[in-house]
Amino acid sequence: MEKKKVVMDAEGIERSLTRMAHEILERNKGTDNLIIIGIRKGGVSLGERLCEKISAIEGTEVMSGSLDITLHRDDVLTTGKRPPIGKTYIPFPLDHKKVVLVDDVLFTGRTIRAAMDALMDFGRPERIQLAVLIDRGHRELPIRADFIGGTLPSSLWENISVNMTDDRSMDEVVIEEG
Amino acid sequence: MTQGLITRARICAGGRSTPARRVEDTMSLSRKDMLGIRDLSREEIVLILDTAESFKEISDRTIKKVPTLRGKTVITLFFEASTRTRTSFEIAAKRLSADTINISASASSVVKGETLIDTARNLESMHPDIIVIRHSAAGAAHILAGLLEQSIINAGDGAHEHPTQALLDMLTIREKKGKIEGLRVAIVGDIAHSRVARSNIYGLTKMGAQVVVCGPAMMIPRDIERMGVTVRRTMNDAIRDADVVMMLRMQLERQQENLFPSLREYAQQFSLNRDNIKRAKDDVIVMHPGPINRGVEITPEIADGPHSVILEQVTNGVAVRMALLYLLSGGSK
Repeated sequence: MEKKKVVMDAEGIERSLTRMAHEILERNKGTDNLIIIGIRKGGVSLGERLCEKISAIEGTEVMSGSLDITLHRDDVLTTGKRPPIGKTYIPFPLDHKKVVLVDDVLFTGRTIRAAMDALMDFGRPERIQLAVLIDRGHRELPIRADFIGGTLPSSLWENISVNMTDDRSMDEVVIEEG
Repeated sequence: MTQGLITRARICAGGRSTPARRVEDTMSLSRKDMLGIRDLSREEIVLILDTAESFKEISDRTIKKVPTLRGKTVITLFFEASTRTRTSFEIAAKRLSADTINISASASSVVKGETLIDTARNLESMHPDIIVIRHSAAGAAHILAGLLEQSIINAGDGAHEHPTQALLDMLTIREKKGKIEGLRVAIVGDIAHSRVARSNIYGLTKMGAQVVVCGPAMMIPRDIERMGVTVRRTMNDAIRDADVVMMLRMQLERQQENLFPSLREYAQQFSLNRDNIKRAKDDVIVMHPGPINRGVEITPEIADGPHSVILEQVTNGVAVRMALLYLLSGGSK
């Protein structure tokens, strides 16, 4: 028996992303040296949406990339199966850049730790900020988000998924008992 | 972490989309060793190639290293000469942060008469995680795999198999042609003594390519058709309409065995040159596992020409070996 509940619908996601785009611009005083990097796989389409919004608001093109953190995970060799490796796409140096890391759900913080380690191999960013659509708590590392779509207190046995669709009309955040 | 179920990777500014043919979420490589292509399923080959494709980007970074295999030890044990393969394995292991130790036969206790099994048992006592072995005897890697707990990677065993070479060849073909299935691949040279040919024939036929082999009659095994390939006697027939021409190194030491009359005659009949390459497709790619004998199996103008992907094969070799080291490491076997 699985109970499934939609906690954020397409409109809600759209509004959150619009607000986050404005917050990112406000905090960084525009788009100078700004780079948006989505964490594979959940953060990539969100990063892309944020990037579109920011570019539209400011009328400038903001660079974006995607990052696969699997090889930097602290449990990569201890889980039963070797996790699949996705492609990282950061074809520019990150020296002196303001990087906004984007992920769908912030949970233990271990993914973000891995992502920050991975980013450092691409140069020395001026600063790294974190944008997440959902903060569900249960941090295991001292990490917090700078831009948050929504906070969703959850139990450890619940599963939260962010489902993004191509035409955007069926986007949703769902919580279900695992 | 929870992840979107239907999310799609696309980059908004100057981006490119990721190919949809990846099998990433459904497969894993659950084997201890990599001994040959013959044992692999088509899905396993695709998984290794997909993983290698992702690993390629690491070698383009300023800092060409990820911490994944930190604390793991890789021993390369080479009883035969090698520059490319040994270096490639070592670079692959180092880019994954593993510690590497290289042992070559000339500098080891082998010259003092130690057997392969004793050498292996002694290495095992030092607790490495992966042993890469090249040996002139077919089956050497299999013997170690049955004997030791460690993962064994076959880097060439006699005239038997050379799986990592075939995988890097398939990666190069897939990268250049977008697919392997349906391609016409000609393999030319000493098929009988070539582990590269054997591994490629297993792999390419599994992936759905049409493989044609060609070489001096003494160098074509009699029952080779059973492996699913077609034999052509002349170079012109072999490379007609080929998408890929794979030239094998003429093993000069074979001349003593009187398997062919002279190098000059061999070159006249079986070298790839600017005349016979015209019979292949216009966008044919030319491959060679190296080291090349310029002017014997391939003319310099072809080896260095626009169709040649020989150096890209070497680059892909590092990525394929990184993928294998990763997929064979740790966790449950």
